[in-house]
Amino acid sequence: MNTRLLIVVLILGAVIISALGVVYARHQNRQLDVHLSELENQRDDVIAEWSRLQLEQAWLGDAGNIESTARDYLGMGTPASTHILVIQR
Amino acid sequence: MSKEIQNAAPIGRLYGFLLIFLLCSVALIARAVNLQVTETEFLQGQGEARFMREQEIPTRRGNIVDRSGEPLAVSTPVDSVWVHPGELLEAPENIAPLAAVLKSDAEEMERHLNQRSGKEFVWLRRRLHPDVAAAIEALDLPGVYLQKEYRRFYPAGEVAAHIIGFTNIDDVGQEGLELTYNDWLQGKPGLRRVIRDRLGRTIEHSEVLREAEHGRDLSLTIDRRLQYLAYRELKQTVLKHGANSGSVVLLDITSGEVLAMVNQPSFNPNQPGTDSEGLRNRAVTDVFEPGSVMKTFSIAAALEAGIATPTMPMDTNPGSINVSGHTISDHQNYGLIDVTGIITKSSNVGATKLALQMESEQLWSVYDRFGFGEVTGSGFPGESAGVLRNYRHWRRVEQATLSYGYGLSVTVLQLAEAFAAIADEGRLRRPSLVQGANNPAVSVMDPKYAREVAAMLETVTGQTGTGKAARVGNYRISGKTGTSRKASAAGYASRYIATFAGFAPSSDPRLVAIVTINDPSAGEYYGGLVAAPLFSTVMGGALRLMNIPPDNYTAVVAQSPALDPTPIGDIDGGAD
Repeated sequence: MNTRLLIVVLILGAVIISALGVVYARHQNRQLDVHLSELENQRDDVIAEWSRLQLEQAWLGDAGNIESTARDYLGMGTPASTHILVIQR
Repeated sequence: MSKEIQNAAPIGRLYGFLLIFLLCSVALIARAVNLQVTETEFLQGQGEARFMREQEIPTRRGNIVDRSGEPLAVSTPVDSVWVHPGELLEAPENIAPLAAVLKSDAEEMERHLNQRSGKEFVWLRRRLHPDVAAAIEALDLPGVYLQKEYRRFYPAGEVAAHIIGFTNIDDVGQEGLELTYNDWLQGKPGLRRVIRDRLGRTIEHSEVLREAEHGRDLSLTIDRRLQYLAYRELKQTVLKHGANSGSVVLLDITSGEVLAMVNQPSFNPNQPGTDSEGLRNRAVTDVFEPGSVMKTFSIAAALEAGIATPTMPMDTNPGSINVSGHTISDHQNYGLIDVTGIITKSSNVGATKLALQMESEQLWSVYDRFGFGEVTGSGFPGESAGVLRNYRHWRRVEQATLSYGYGLSVTVLQLAEAFAAIADEGRLRRPSLVQGANNPAVSVMDPKYAREVAAMLETVTGQTGTGKAARVGNYRISGKTGTSRKASAAGYASRYIATFAGFAPSSDPRLVAIVTINDPSAGEYYGGLVAAPLFSTVMGGALRLMNIPPDNYTAVVAQSPALDPTPIGDIDGGAD
């Protein structure tokens, strides 16, 4: 009789503990989920920023821009073959 | 007695109530079983439908980069603004500031929204400038929402427009490599199930049904610097000669990689219009009769057939020849020359004489082996195979005209592939536009004959050749000029296609370039005068940018102390 009561009490206790465990896990799941979507948003923002920077660099590094700057503002030009000194190592 | 009756009545009632309670609980249990067992699926589904949603996980389209990783096509998120007309119209005073930010008319916008007040979703404007999007976000108006969308940018603009192509508003490739490699670039959007509350906020991600597959990047063999150089020079040449169109293809001989491929007219891929003239990548989609550049291959066929050697004398007197009632003539009477001279001077008569001594199959076989009449397999959409009729249907005069490039049609890319094979001792490689292509070399001709032909081609840029304008300082250049009349409905018109096909450095060929200028109308039309100078600037720039040493650089070293002391900027102010 006593042992049966003990078993029932133990099982009851286990049920309560596991129920609390489920609640806790569920809570944690949601919290981690919120954290995950925050991080995902952060990642997307960083990727977006990166693609914008890539584009900016491409515009700035555009051969046409560089050429017109070099020629018009800096007075540079392509060396003719008479200006090229070939050196041998 | 009365006590008995008093006792009997409660017992009867007791049983009565017991029965009622029993029935009640049986009914409850039955209902519970009904709900939990038989109707559970339907009910659960209905319940979930009220808060579970399937949500798409968006993917980004892969970038397209050139051979050194410079971006040629990049997707970046931009905001689009949409409104819920019902929510916004509850406070009409909010419309004015919104219209002010978007720089549109407030009354017009209100009318527009009133017409659509029954809807829940109306695009106000798509793909906003980031500043405008930030201003709208700062207004924080009810019923006004921002939605992220990807927009594709092409930093190289019209310079690489034909190769890359463009996408439509839904990010699907429409032209060029954007179309060919659409699946590779696009990726597959994922799917996940989420739980939302009454207000539509996501409160839990329950499971991922399908992982998102992001678009992959695509590395091209194009070099952005060479592409720009070729484009700039081509555009200038087309303008200068009043030409209709033009193309330049630059190929790496040792790998078959296309380093540059440009066409005129072009278009702006960031805002593709409706004008279809500029959209075609003429270098692969358009065919033309190549003219004298084909002598390279007919002479190769003659060498292979054993009926000619480079030094064998050829009598081209009197400068014309009659074949089946057709007269084939040279530009002028070249008299007695050798087989090399046919290439140097571009003699139609000499090429005809050799062609007529061959079996038609021998000539056809060489053309066929060098890839004419077949698509190159570059994977470009709409690539043309050109036309090379089977030798069994050739008439005698056709065999003659084929020897100097009439009666067949080719694309610029095919010519590049074939000339690369001549330059690489008869090894043919499929041209590739994307890095990592598997294009092993196939030997299509005995290296001995290919070397002999290559040596003949070098004489074209020599003192007596037709292609002197193709020279590049300090380098030895091999090539062939071509000037073909354009066929029209009324026979051959006096409109021309000027071509120069060549490679450098001659002692160890690395680059091949094909230049065609279609219908130059400003007087000059010879390949040696129109196309060769363009070849020279493009090839010269490419050799310099690719760090390819001059052939005879020890000799250059020996003579170079006499450096020109003039400052560079003074002598070369922008002419390049």
